[in-house]
Amino acid sequence: MASTLAPADAGASPRPAWRFRRPSVLPGFGLSFGYTLACLGLVVLLPLAALVARASGLGFSGIWDVATDPRVASALKLSFGVSLLAALVASVFGFIVAWVLTRYTFPGRKIVDAAVDLPFALPTAVAGIALASLYAPDGLIGAPLDRLGIQVAYTPLGVFVAMTFVGLPFAVRTVQPLIAEIDKEIEEASATLGATRRATLLKVVLPPLIPAVLTGFALAFARGVGEYGSVIFIAGNLPYVSEIAPLLIVIKLSEFDYGGAAAIATIMLGISFLTLLAINLIQAWSRKRFGYV
Amino acid sequence: MSEIFSPVRLTEARPAPVAGEGAGVRALLIGVAITFLALFLVLPLAAVFVQALSHGVSAYLDAFREPDALSAIRLTLTVAAIAVPFNLVFGVAASWAIAKFEFPGKTFLITLIDLPFSVSPVVSGLIYVLLFGSQGLFGGWLQAHNIQILFALPGIVLATIFVTFPFVARELIPLMQEQGSSEEEAALTLGAPGFHAFLTVTLPNIRWGLLYSVLLCNARAMGEFGAVSVVSGHIRGLTNTMPLHVEILYNEYNFVAAFAVASLLAALALVTLVVKSVLEWRFSDELAAGRKH
Repeated sequence: MASTLAPADAGASPRPAWRFRRPSVLPGFGLSFGYTLACLGLVVLLPLAALVARASGLGFSGIWDVATDPRVASALKLSFGVSLLAALVASVFGFIVAWVLTRYTFPGRKIVDAAVDLPFALPTAVAGIALASLYAPDGLIGAPLDRLGIQVAYTPLGVFVAMTFVGLPFAVRTVQPLIAEIDKEIEEASATLGATRRATLLKVVLPPLIPAVLTGFALAFARGVGEYGSVIFIAGNLPYVSEIAPLLIVIKLSEFDYGGAAAIATIMLGISFLTLLAINLIQAWSRKRFGYV
Repeated sequence: MSEIFSPVRLTEARPAPVAGEGAGVRALLIGVAITFLALFLVLPLAAVFVQALSHGVSAYLDAFREPDALSAIRLTLTVAAIAVPFNLVFGVAASWAIAKFEFPGKTFLITLIDLPFSVSPVVSGLIYVLLFGSQGLFGGWLQAHNIQILFALPGIVLATIFVTFPFVARELIPLMQEQGSSEEEAALTLGAPGFHAFLTVTLPNIRWGLLYSVLLCNARAMGEFGAVSVVSGHIRGLTNTMPLHVEILYNEYNFVAAFAVASLLAALALVTLVVKSVLEWRFSDELAAGRKH
Protein backbone atom coordinates (compact mmCIF):
# COMPACT_ATOMS: atom_id res chain seq x y z
CA MET A 1 0.00 0.00 0.00
CA ALA A 2 2.66 2.45 1.04
CA SER A 3 4.78 1.60 -1.96
CA THR A 4 2.01 2.27 -4.48
CA LEU A 5 1.42 5.65 -2.93
CA ALA A 6 5.07 6.61 -2.89
CA PRO A 7 5.14 8.54 -6.21
CA ALA A 8 2.13 10.61 -5.21
CA ASP A 9 3.74 11.37 -1.88
CA ALA A 10 6.89 12.48 -3.57
CA GLY A 11 4.92 14.83 -5.80
CA ALA A 12 3.08 16.32 -2.86
CA SER A 13 6.14 16.90 -0.69
CA PRO A 14 6.95 20.60 -0.34
CA ARG A 15 10.55 20.33 -1.59
CA PRO A 16 10.97 17.67 -4.26
CA ALA A 17 14.47 16.26 -4.43
CA TRP A 18 16.65 17.88 -7.13
CA ARG A 19 16.92 15.70 -10.19
CA PHE A 20 19.51 15.83 -12.93
CA ARG A 21 16.91 15.31 -15.61
CA ARG A 22 13.25 16.12 -15.80
CA PRO A 23 11.08 13.02 -15.23
CA SER A 24 9.88 11.23 -18.35
CA VAL A 25 8.02 8.01 -19.11
CA LEU A 26 10.57 7.17 -21.81
CA PRO A 27 13.15 4.58 -20.79
CA GLY A 28 16.81 4.31 -21.56
CA PHE A 29 18.16 7.66 -20.38
CA GLY A 30 20.80 6.15 -18.11
CA LEU A 31 22.04 3.74 -20.77
CA SER A 32 22.10 6.16 -23.71
CA PHE A 33 23.47 9.08 -21.69
CA GLY A 34 26.16 6.93 -20.08
CA TYR A 35 27.16 5.40 -23.41
CA THR A 36 27.32 8.88 -25.00
CA LEU A 37 29.57 10.21 -22.25
CA ALA A 38 31.81 7.12 -22.37
CA CYS A 39 32.32 7.37 -26.15
CA LEU A 40 32.81 11.13 -26.02
CA GLY A 41 35.30 10.81 -23.20
CA LEU A 42 37.35 8.01 -24.70
CA VAL A 43 37.33 9.02 -28.37
CA VAL A 44 37.32 12.82 -28.20
CA LEU A 45 38.13 14.25 -24.79
CA LEU A 46 40.93 11.94 -23.64
CA PRO A 47 43.05 12.37 -26.80
CA LEU A 48 42.47 16.13 -26.78
CA ALA A 49 43.52 16.16 -23.13
CA ALA A 50 46.76 14.47 -24.18
CA LEU A 51 47.43 17.44 -26.46
CA VAL A 52 46.60 19.93 -23.72
CA ALA A 53 48.87 18.04 -21.30
CA ARG A 54 51.75 18.02 -23.77
CA ALA A 55 51.29 21.71 -24.59
CA SER A 56 51.06 22.78 -20.95
CA GLY A 57 54.24 20.80 -20.34
CA LEU A 58 55.96 23.13 -22.79
CA GLY A 59 54.56 26.18 -21.09
CA PHE A 60 53.81 29.50 -22.75
CA SER A 61 57.46 30.28 -23.41
CA GLY A 62 58.03 26.88 -25.01
CA ILE A 63 55.10 27.39 -27.39
CA TRP A 64 56.27 30.94 -28.10
CA ASP A 65 59.75 29.63 -28.99
CA VAL A 66 58.24 27.22 -31.53
CA ALA A 67 55.91 29.88 -32.95
CA THR A 68 58.73 32.36 -33.50
CA ASP A 69 60.99 29.86 -35.22
CA PRO A 70 61.30 31.39 -38.71
CA ARG A 71 60.12 28.29 -40.57
CA VAL A 72 57.10 27.79 -38.27
CA ALA A 73 56.27 31.49 -38.31
CA SER A 74 56.27 31.64 -42.11
CA ALA A 75 54.14 28.48 -42.30
CA LEU A 76 51.60 29.94 -39.85
CA LYS A 77 51.60 33.24 -41.73
CA LEU A 78 50.99 31.39 -45.02
CA SER A 79 48.22 29.18 -43.58
CA PHE A 80 46.33 32.02 -41.95
CA GLY A 81 46.98 34.70 -44.57
CA VAL A 82 46.07 32.58 -47.57
CA SER A 83 43.02 31.01 -45.94
CA LEU A 84 41.72 34.51 -45.11
CA LEU A 85 42.04 35.47 -48.78
CA ALA A 86 40.56 32.18 -49.96
CA ALA A 87 37.61 32.56 -47.55
CA LEU A 88 37.04 36.07 -48.90
CA VAL A 89 36.93 34.90 -52.52
CA ALA A 90 34.81 31.86 -51.59
CA SER A 91 32.36 34.19 -49.81
CA VAL A 92 32.00 36.52 -52.81
CA PHE A 93 31.50 33.73 -55.35
CA GLY A 94 29.56 31.68 -52.81
CA PHE A 95 27.13 34.55 -52.44
CA ILE A 96 26.63 34.83 -56.20
CA VAL A 97 26.14 31.05 -56.47
CA ALA A 98 23.67 31.01 -53.57
CA TRP A 99 21.76 33.95 -55.05
CA VAL A 100 21.55 32.40 -58.49
CA LEU A 101 20.49 29.02 -57.09
CA THR A 102 17.67 30.40 -54.92
CA ARG A 103 16.42 33.32 -57.02
CA TYR A 104 16.59 32.18 -60.61
CA THR A 105 15.30 29.16 -62.44
CA PHE A 106 17.34 27.71 -65.26
CA PRO A 107 17.74 24.23 -66.71
CA GLY A 108 19.99 22.03 -64.59
CA ARG A 109 19.59 24.17 -61.47
CA LYS A 110 19.13 21.17 -59.18
CA ILE A 111 22.25 19.49 -60.55
CA VAL A 112 24.29 22.65 -60.07
CA ASP A 113 22.91 22.86 -56.53
CA ALA A 114 24.01 19.29 -55.80
CA ALA A 115 27.46 19.94 -57.32
CA VAL A 116 28.15 22.61 -54.71
CA ASP A 117 28.67 19.85 -52.12
CA LEU A 118 31.36 18.18 -54.21
CA PRO A 119 34.27 19.43 -52.04
CA PHE A 120 32.49 17.91 -49.00
CA ALA A 121 32.14 14.54 -50.69
CA LEU A 122 35.37 14.28 -52.65
CA PRO A 123 38.22 12.86 -50.52
CA THR A 124 40.81 15.58 -49.95
CA ALA A 125 43.71 13.60 -51.43
CA VAL A 126 41.72 13.06 -54.64
CA ALA A 127 40.90 16.75 -54.89
CA GLY A 128 44.55 17.48 -54.15
CA ILE A 129 46.05 15.45 -56.99
CA ALA A 130 43.31 16.59 -59.40
CA LEU A 131 43.98 20.27 -58.65
CA ALA A 132 47.74 19.72 -58.84
CA SER A 133 47.49 18.09 -62.28
CA LEU A 134 45.14 20.81 -63.59
CA TYR A 135 47.22 23.74 -62.38
CA ALA A 136 50.69 22.27 -63.02
CA PRO A 137 52.67 24.22 -65.66
CA ASP A 138 51.70 21.54 -68.22
CA GLY A 139 48.13 21.15 -66.94
CA LEU A 140 44.86 22.13 -68.59
CA ILE A 141 44.55 25.41 -66.66
CA GLY A 142 48.19 25.75 -65.66
CA ALA A 143 49.60 25.80 -69.21
CA PRO A 144 47.70 28.87 -70.48
CA LEU A 145 48.37 30.67 -67.20
CA ASP A 146 52.04 29.73 -67.45
CA ARG A 147 52.21 31.41 -70.86
CA LEU A 148 50.87 34.56 -69.20
CA GLY A 149 53.66 34.28 -66.67
CA ILE A 150 51.42 33.15 -63.81
CA GLN A 151 52.51 30.05 -61.97
CA VAL A 152 49.84 28.53 -59.74
CA ALA A 153 51.06 25.09 -58.73
CA TYR A 154 53.94 24.94 -56.22
CA THR A 155 53.40 28.56 -55.15
CA PRO A 156 51.18 30.24 -52.49
CA LEU A 157 48.68 30.81 -55.32
CA GLY A 158 48.22 27.03 -55.50
CA VAL A 159 47.52 26.93 -51.77
CA PHE A 160 44.94 29.65 -52.38
CA VAL A 161 43.20 27.64 -55.13
CA ALA A 162 42.95 24.53 -52.96
CA MET A 163 41.65 26.46 -49.93
CA THR A 164 39.02 28.24 -52.05
CA PHE A 165 37.90 24.83 -53.35
CA VAL A 166 37.34 23.38 -49.88
CA GLY A 167 35.81 26.58 -48.47
CA LEU A 168 33.22 27.18 -51.18
CA PRO A 169 30.41 24.88 -49.92
CA PHE A 170 30.50 26.56 -46.50
CA ALA A 171 30.10 29.99 -48.08
CA VAL A 172 27.17 28.83 -50.24
CA ARG A 173 25.31 26.69 -47.71
CA THR A 174 25.27 29.22 -44.87
CA VAL A 175 23.80 32.01 -47.04
CA GLN A 176 21.46 29.96 -49.24
CA PRO A 177 18.63 29.25 -46.72
CA LEU A 178 18.52 32.91 -45.69
CA ILE A 179 18.23 34.15 -49.26
CA ALA A 180 15.36 31.69 -49.68
CA GLU A 181 13.62 33.17 -46.64
CA ILE A 182 13.76 36.81 -47.73
CA ASP A 183 10.25 38.19 -47.89
CA LYS A 184 9.76 39.30 -51.50
CA GLU A 185 7.10 41.78 -50.41
CA ILE A 186 9.69 43.91 -48.64
CA GLU A 187 11.63 44.20 -51.87
CA GLU A 188 8.46 45.04 -53.75
CA ALA A 189 7.56 47.66 -51.16
CA SER A 190 10.99 49.18 -51.54
CA ALA A 191 10.64 49.20 -55.33
CA THR A 192 7.14 50.68 -55.35
CA LEU A 193 8.27 53.40 -52.96
CA GLY A 194 10.68 54.48 -55.67
CA ALA A 195 14.00 52.89 -54.71
CA THR A 196 16.22 51.78 -57.55
CA ARG A 197 17.09 48.08 -57.72
CA ARG A 198 20.60 48.92 -56.56
CA ALA A 199 19.35 50.82 -53.53
CA THR A 200 16.91 48.02 -52.69
CA LEU A 201 19.69 45.44 -52.84
CA LEU A 202 22.15 47.50 -50.80
CA LYS A 203 19.77 48.81 -48.15
CA VAL A 204 16.99 46.22 -47.92
CA VAL A 205 18.21 42.83 -49.14
CA LEU A 206 21.86 42.70 -48.14
CA PRO A 207 21.95 43.93 -44.51
CA PRO A 208 20.01 40.97 -43.02
CA LEU A 209 22.29 38.57 -44.94
CA ILE A 210 25.52 39.97 -43.50
CA PRO A 211 25.64 37.69 -40.41
CA ALA A 212 25.23 34.58 -42.57
CA VAL A 213 27.91 35.78 -44.97
CA LEU A 214 30.26 36.37 -42.03
CA THR A 215 29.49 32.93 -40.57
CA GLY A 216 30.17 31.30 -43.93
CA PHE A 217 33.40 33.28 -44.21
CA ALA A 218 34.53 32.15 -40.75
CA LEU A 219 33.70 28.50 -41.49
CA ALA A 220 35.55 28.60 -44.81
CA PHE A 221 38.50 30.26 -43.08
CA ALA A 222 38.63 27.63 -40.32
CA ARG A 223 38.44 24.84 -42.88
CA GLY A 224 41.22 26.40 -44.96
CA VAL A 225 43.57 26.80 -42.01
CA GLY A 226 43.32 23.14 -41.05
CA GLU A 227 43.17 21.74 -44.57
CA TYR A 228 45.90 19.25 -45.44
CA GLY A 229 45.07 16.70 -48.15
CA SER A 230 43.89 18.99 -50.93
CA VAL A 231 46.67 21.52 -50.31
CA ILE A 232 49.91 19.54 -50.04
CA PHE A 233 49.95 18.23 -53.62
CA ILE A 234 49.44 21.58 -55.32
CA ALA A 235 51.52 23.54 -52.79
CA GLY A 236 54.88 22.00 -53.61
CA ASN A 237 55.76 22.46 -49.92
CA LEU A 238 58.84 24.64 -50.24
CA PRO A 239 59.94 25.74 -46.76
CA TYR A 240 59.41 29.49 -46.20
CA VAL A 241 57.42 29.73 -49.46
CA SER A 242 54.53 27.29 -49.80
CA GLU A 243 54.73 25.14 -46.68
CA ILE A 244 51.50 25.12 -44.63
CA ALA A 245 51.27 24.74 -40.85
CA PRO A 246 49.53 21.31 -40.81
CA LEU A 247 52.33 19.90 -42.98
CA LEU A 248 54.87 21.21 -40.50
CA ILE A 249 53.09 19.21 -37.77
CA VAL A 250 53.51 16.08 -39.90
CA ILE A 251 57.21 16.89 -40.46
CA LYS A 252 57.80 17.47 -36.73
CA LEU A 253 56.11 14.14 -35.96
CA SER A 254 58.26 12.29 -38.46
CA GLU A 255 61.29 13.78 -36.67
CA PHE A 256 59.77 12.55 -33.37
CA ASP A 257 59.58 16.16 -32.18
CA TYR A 258 56.27 15.61 -30.35
CA GLY A 259 56.65 18.86 -28.40
CA GLY A 260 57.09 20.96 -31.53
CA ALA A 261 54.12 19.27 -33.20
CA ALA A 262 51.96 19.81 -30.11
CA ALA A 263 52.98 23.47 -29.94
CA ILE A 264 51.97 24.17 -33.56
CA ALA A 265 48.73 22.24 -33.04
CA THR A 266 47.97 24.30 -29.92
CA ILE A 267 48.48 27.57 -31.79
CA MET A 268 46.19 26.35 -34.58
CA LEU A 269 43.55 25.14 -32.12
CA GLY A 270 43.75 28.47 -30.28
CA ILE A 271 43.04 30.40 -33.45
CA SER A 272 40.25 28.00 -34.50
CA PHE A 273 38.75 28.50 -31.05
CA LEU A 274 38.84 32.27 -31.53
CA THR A 275 37.15 31.80 -34.93
CA LEU A 276 34.40 29.70 -33.36
CA LEU A 277 33.98 32.35 -30.70
CA ALA A 278 33.69 35.00 -33.41
CA ILE A 279 31.00 32.92 -35.16
CA ASN A 280 29.04 32.66 -31.93
CA LEU A 281 29.34 36.41 -31.33
CA ILE A 282 28.16 37.12 -34.88
CA GLN A 283 25.17 34.85 -34.34
CA ALA A 284 24.35 36.39 -30.96
CA TRP A 285 24.53 39.86 -32.53
CA SER A 286 22.38 38.70 -35.43
CA ARG A 287 19.78 37.24 -33.10
CA LYS A 288 19.57 40.58 -31.30
CA ARG A 289 19.59 42.73 -34.43
CA PHE A 290 17.51 40.68 -36.85
CA GLY A 291 15.79 38.16 -34.61
CA TYR A 292 17.30 35.09 -36.28
CA VAL A 293 20.63 33.43 -36.85
CA MET B 1 -21.20 26.06 -67.33
CA SER B 2 -17.61 25.06 -67.28
CA GLU B 3 -16.73 27.21 -70.33
CA ILE B 4 -17.54 30.31 -68.37
CA PHE B 5 -14.82 29.59 -65.82
CA SER B 6 -12.14 27.66 -67.59
CA PRO B 7 -10.96 30.09 -70.34
CA VAL B 8 -9.90 32.75 -67.83
CA ARG B 9 -6.14 33.14 -68.16
CA LEU B 10 -4.76 34.25 -64.84
CA THR B 11 -1.27 34.73 -66.21
CA GLU B 12 -2.37 37.62 -68.38
CA ALA B 13 -3.90 39.45 -65.48
CA ARG B 14 -0.78 39.13 -63.28
CA PRO B 15 1.21 42.37 -63.16
CA ALA B 16 4.85 42.44 -64.17
CA PRO B 17 7.17 41.91 -61.16
CA VAL B 18 8.19 45.23 -59.62
CA ALA B 19 11.34 43.89 -57.97
CA GLY B 20 14.07 41.75 -59.47
CA GLU B 21 17.06 41.97 -61.74
CA GLY B 22 16.74 42.58 -65.45
CA ALA B 23 17.16 39.70 -67.86
CA GLY B 24 20.71 40.80 -68.72
CA VAL B 25 21.95 40.92 -65.14
CA ARG B 26 20.24 37.63 -64.47
CA ALA B 27 21.95 35.91 -67.39
CA LEU B 28 25.28 37.42 -66.38
CA LEU B 29 25.02 36.20 -62.78
CA ILE B 30 23.91 32.71 -63.86
CA GLY B 31 26.83 32.67 -66.28
CA VAL B 32 29.33 33.73 -63.63
CA ALA B 33 28.05 31.17 -61.11
CA ILE B 34 28.02 28.27 -63.55
CA THR B 35 31.43 29.13 -65.05
CA PHE B 36 32.96 29.41 -61.59
CA LEU B 37 31.49 26.09 -60.44
CA ALA B 38 32.46 24.35 -63.67
CA LEU B 39 36.05 25.57 -63.49
CA PHE B 40 36.47 25.09 -59.77
CA LEU B 41 34.43 21.98 -58.94
CA VAL B 42 33.50 19.97 -62.01
CA LEU B 43 36.81 20.25 -63.86
CA PRO B 44 38.90 18.67 -61.04
CA LEU B 45 36.40 15.82 -60.82
CA ALA B 46 36.53 15.26 -64.57
CA ALA B 47 40.33 15.47 -64.49
CA VAL B 48 40.45 12.45 -62.16
CA PHE B 49 38.68 10.21 -64.68
CA VAL B 50 40.46 11.66 -67.72
CA GLN B 51 43.90 11.13 -66.17
CA ALA B 52 42.98 7.65 -64.95
CA LEU B 53 41.99 6.57 -68.47
CA SER B 54 44.69 8.57 -70.28
CA HIS B 55 46.67 5.41 -71.14
CA GLY B 56 43.69 3.26 -71.99
CA VAL B 57 41.45 0.89 -70.14
CA SER B 58 44.01 -1.89 -69.68
CA ALA B 59 46.50 0.49 -68.00
CA TYR B 60 43.61 1.63 -65.82
CA LEU B 61 42.73 -1.92 -64.83
CA ASP B 62 46.40 -2.79 -64.22
CA ALA B 63 46.34 -0.43 -61.25
CA PHE B 64 43.92 -2.79 -59.51
CA ARG B 65 46.00 -5.91 -60.16
CA GLU B 66 48.66 -4.58 -57.80
CA PRO B 67 48.53 -6.46 -54.49
CA ASP B 68 49.26 -3.18 -52.66
CA ALA B 69 46.23 -1.54 -54.26
CA LEU B 70 44.03 -4.49 -53.32
CA SER B 71 45.24 -4.47 -49.74
CA ALA B 72 44.62 -0.69 -49.58
CA ILE B 73 41.05 -1.22 -50.80
CA ARG B 74 40.57 -4.03 -48.27
CA LEU B 75 41.93 -1.88 -45.42
CA THR B 76 39.70 1.08 -46.35
CA LEU B 77 36.62 -1.17 -46.39
CA THR B 78 37.62 -2.74 -43.06
CA VAL B 79 38.13 0.66 -41.39
CA ALA B 80 34.78 1.95 -42.65
CA ALA B 81 33.07 -1.27 -41.60
CA ILE B 82 34.20 -0.66 -38.00
CA ALA B 83 34.07 3.15 -37.78
CA VAL B 84 30.66 3.73 -39.41
CA PRO B 85 28.66 1.26 -37.25
CA PHE B 86 30.43 2.61 -34.16
CA ASN B 87 29.37 6.15 -34.98
CA LEU B 88 25.90 4.94 -35.94
CA VAL B 89 25.33 3.38 -32.52
CA PHE B 90 26.89 6.38 -30.80
CA GLY B 91 24.80 8.83 -32.82
CA VAL B 92 21.53 7.04 -32.06
CA ALA B 93 22.36 6.77 -28.34
CA ALA B 94 23.46 10.42 -28.12
CA SER B 95 20.41 11.75 -29.93
CA TRP B 96 18.07 9.57 -27.85
CA ALA B 97 19.57 10.98 -24.64
CA ILE B 98 19.73 14.57 -25.90
CA ALA B 99 16.51 14.86 -27.90
CA LYS B 100 14.12 12.85 -25.74
CA PHE B 101 15.15 14.05 -22.27
CA GLU B 102 15.62 17.38 -20.53
CA PHE B 103 18.78 17.90 -18.50
CA PRO B 104 21.16 20.78 -17.78
CA GLY B 105 24.30 21.27 -19.87
CA LYS B 106 22.75 19.94 -23.07
CA THR B 107 24.12 22.71 -25.32
CA PHE B 108 27.59 22.17 -23.91
CA LEU B 109 27.33 18.44 -24.59
CA ILE B 110 26.33 19.10 -28.22
CA THR B 111 29.28 21.49 -28.57
CA LEU B 112 31.63 18.77 -27.33
CA ILE B 113 30.18 16.25 -29.80
CA ASP B 114 30.70 18.79 -32.61
CA LEU B 115 34.30 19.43 -31.57
CA PRO B 116 36.00 17.04 -34.05
CA PHE B 117 34.56 19.06 -36.97
CA SER B 118 36.55 22.13 -35.95
CA VAL B 119 39.83 20.29 -35.46
CA SER B 120 42.31 20.08 -38.35
CA PRO B 121 42.61 16.50 -39.70
CA VAL B 122 46.32 16.51 -38.96
CA VAL B 123 45.69 17.53 -35.36
CA SER B 124 43.07 14.74 -35.13
CA GLY B 125 45.84 12.28 -35.94
CA LEU B 126 48.39 14.01 -33.76
CA ILE B 127 46.33 13.65 -30.58
CA TYR B 128 46.38 9.85 -30.96
CA VAL B 129 50.14 9.92 -31.51
CA LEU B 130 50.49 11.91 -28.30
CA LEU B 131 48.35 9.30 -26.55
CA PHE B 132 49.73 6.05 -27.98
CA GLY B 133 53.08 7.02 -29.55
CA SER B 134 56.41 5.81 -28.16
CA GLN B 135 56.80 9.07 -26.20
CA GLY B 136 53.05 9.35 -25.61
CA LEU B 137 51.02 9.05 -22.42
CA PHE B 138 50.35 5.30 -22.77
CA GLY B 139 53.29 4.60 -25.08
CA GLY B 140 55.52 2.94 -22.50
CA TRP B 141 52.73 0.78 -21.09
CA LEU B 142 51.62 -0.35 -24.58
CA GLN B 143 55.19 -1.21 -25.51
CA ALA B 144 55.67 -3.19 -22.31
CA HIS B 145 52.55 -5.21 -23.07
CA ASN B 146 53.42 -5.50 -26.76
CA ILE B 147 50.18 -3.90 -27.93
CA GLN B 148 50.34 -2.10 -31.26
CA ILE B 149 47.83 0.73 -31.71
CA LEU B 150 49.74 3.33 -33.69
CA PHE B 151 50.91 2.41 -37.21
CA ALA B 152 48.34 -0.41 -37.16
CA LEU B 153 44.62 -0.99 -37.72
CA PRO B 154 43.44 0.20 -34.25
CA GLY B 155 45.07 3.62 -34.68
CA ILE B 156 43.62 4.10 -38.16
CA VAL B 157 40.16 3.10 -36.92
CA LEU B 158 40.37 5.44 -33.91
CA ALA B 159 41.46 8.42 -36.01
CA THR B 160 38.67 7.69 -38.50
CA ILE B 161 36.09 7.43 -35.72
CA PHE B 162 37.31 10.77 -34.37
CA VAL B 163 36.94 12.69 -37.64
CA THR B 164 33.51 11.19 -38.39
CA PHE B 165 32.29 11.35 -34.78
CA PRO B 166 29.65 14.12 -35.14
CA PHE B 167 28.06 13.03 -38.45
CA VAL B 168 25.17 10.83 -37.25
CA ALA B 169 24.49 12.63 -33.97
CA ARG B 170 24.37 16.07 -35.57
CA GLU B 171 21.76 14.97 -38.13
CA LEU B 172 19.61 12.97 -35.70
CA ILE B 173 19.53 15.37 -32.73
CA PRO B 174 17.60 18.19 -34.48
CA LEU B 175 15.43 15.62 -36.29
CA MET B 176 14.40 13.82 -33.09
CA GLN B 177 13.96 17.10 -31.22
CA GLU B 178 11.56 18.28 -33.89
CA GLN B 179 9.58 15.04 -33.84
CA GLY B 180 9.17 15.19 -30.06
CA SER B 181 8.42 12.13 -27.97
CA SER B 182 4.61 11.99 -27.94
CA GLU B 183 4.50 9.00 -30.31
CA GLU B 184 6.89 7.00 -28.11
CA GLU B 185 4.91 8.00 -25.02
CA ALA B 186 1.71 6.77 -26.67
CA ALA B 187 3.37 3.45 -27.53
CA LEU B 188 4.60 3.03 -23.96
CA THR B 189 1.26 3.86 -22.35
CA LEU B 190 -0.36 1.33 -24.69
CA GLY B 191 1.95 -1.23 -23.17
CA ALA B 192 4.85 -1.56 -25.60
CA PRO B 193 8.16 -2.46 -23.96
CA GLY B 194 10.73 0.34 -24.18
CA PHE B 195 13.03 -1.18 -26.78
CA HIS B 196 10.06 -2.34 -28.85
CA ALA B 197 8.77 1.26 -28.92
CA PHE B 198 12.16 2.42 -30.13
CA LEU B 199 12.26 -0.18 -32.91
CA THR B 200 8.71 0.28 -34.17
CA VAL B 201 8.11 3.99 -33.53
CA THR B 202 11.38 5.92 -33.36
CA LEU B 203 13.39 4.02 -35.94
CA PRO B 204 10.85 4.34 -38.79
CA ASN B 205 10.58 8.07 -38.06
CA ILE B 206 14.30 8.67 -38.34
CA ARG B 207 15.14 6.13 -41.06
CA TRP B 208 15.86 8.63 -43.87
CA GLY B 209 17.86 10.89 -41.58
CA LEU B 210 19.79 7.83 -40.44
CA LEU B 211 20.52 6.72 -44.00
CA TYR B 212 21.51 10.26 -44.97
CA SER B 213 23.97 10.67 -42.12
CA VAL B 214 25.46 7.17 -42.47
CA LEU B 215 26.06 7.91 -46.15
CA LEU B 216 28.00 11.10 -45.40
CA CYS B 217 29.81 9.44 -42.50
CA ASN B 218 30.89 6.59 -44.76
CA ALA B 219 32.13 8.93 -47.50
CA ARG B 220 34.30 10.77 -45.02
CA ALA B 221 35.50 7.56 -43.34
CA MET B 222 36.66 6.05 -46.63
CA GLY B 223 38.18 9.28 -47.91
CA GLU B 224 39.90 10.57 -44.77
CA PHE B 225 43.50 11.47 -45.49
CA GLY B 226 45.14 13.86 -43.02
CA ALA B 227 44.29 12.15 -39.74
CA VAL B 228 44.92 8.65 -41.09
CA SER B 229 48.18 9.75 -42.71
CA VAL B 230 49.55 10.78 -39.31
CA VAL B 231 48.68 7.54 -37.47
CA SER B 232 49.17 4.98 -40.24
CA GLY B 233 52.96 4.88 -40.65
CA HIS B 234 52.52 4.32 -44.43
CA ILE B 235 53.53 0.67 -44.44
CA ARG B 236 52.82 -0.53 -47.97
CA GLY B 237 50.42 -3.43 -48.18
CA LEU B 238 49.74 -3.22 -44.44
CA THR B 239 48.62 0.19 -43.16
CA ASN B 240 47.95 2.08 -46.38
CA THR B 241 44.34 3.05 -46.95
CA MET B 242 43.15 4.03 -50.43
CA PRO B 243 43.80 7.79 -50.05
CA LEU B 244 47.29 7.06 -48.68
CA HIS B 245 47.96 4.67 -51.55
CA VAL B 246 46.95 7.46 -53.96
CA GLU B 247 49.50 9.73 -52.33
CA ILE B 248 52.33 7.19 -52.59
CA LEU B 249 51.59 6.42 -56.24
CA TYR B 250 51.37 10.13 -57.07
CA ASN B 251 54.68 10.89 -55.36
CA GLU B 252 56.26 8.05 -57.33
CA TYR B 253 55.06 9.75 -60.53
CA ASN B 254 52.87 6.73 -61.24
CA PHE B 255 50.05 9.06 -62.28
CA VAL B 256 47.83 6.58 -64.11
CA ALA B 257 47.70 4.23 -61.13
CA ALA B 258 47.27 7.14 -58.68
CA PHE B 259 44.32 8.53 -60.63
CA ALA B 260 42.90 5.04 -61.16
CA VAL B 261 42.68 4.42 -57.41
CA ALA B 262 41.50 8.03 -56.97
CA SER B 263 38.75 7.41 -59.54
CA LEU B 264 37.24 4.74 -57.26
CA LEU B 265 37.10 7.30 -54.43
CA ALA B 266 35.70 9.92 -56.80
CA ALA B 267 33.02 7.48 -57.93
CA LEU B 268 32.15 6.88 -54.28
CA ALA B 269 31.85 10.66 -53.83
CA LEU B 270 29.58 10.90 -56.87
CA VAL B 271 27.31 8.09 -55.69
CA THR B 272 27.19 9.73 -52.26
CA LEU B 273 26.21 13.08 -53.80
CA VAL B 274 23.52 11.54 -56.00
CA VAL B 275 21.90 9.51 -53.21
CA LYS B 276 22.17 12.49 -50.84
CA SER B 277 20.47 14.77 -53.38
CA VAL B 278 17.72 12.25 -54.07
CA LEU B 279 17.09 11.94 -50.32
CA GLU B 280 16.98 15.75 -50.01
CA TRP B 281 14.53 16.11 -52.92
CA ARG B 282 12.20 13.31 -51.90
CA PHE B 283 12.30 13.29 -48.11
CA SER B 284 13.26 16.87 -47.24
CA ASP B 285 10.64 16.98 -44.47
CA GLU B 286 12.06 13.83 -42.89
CA LEU B 287 15.61 15.20 -42.77
CA ALA B 288 17.07 17.85 -40.51
CA ALA B 289 19.90 18.73 -42.89
CA GLY B 290 17.61 19.33 -45.86
CA ARG B 291 16.28 22.48 -44.27
CA LYS B 292 19.00 23.88 -42.13
CA HIS B 293 22.27 23.73 -44.04
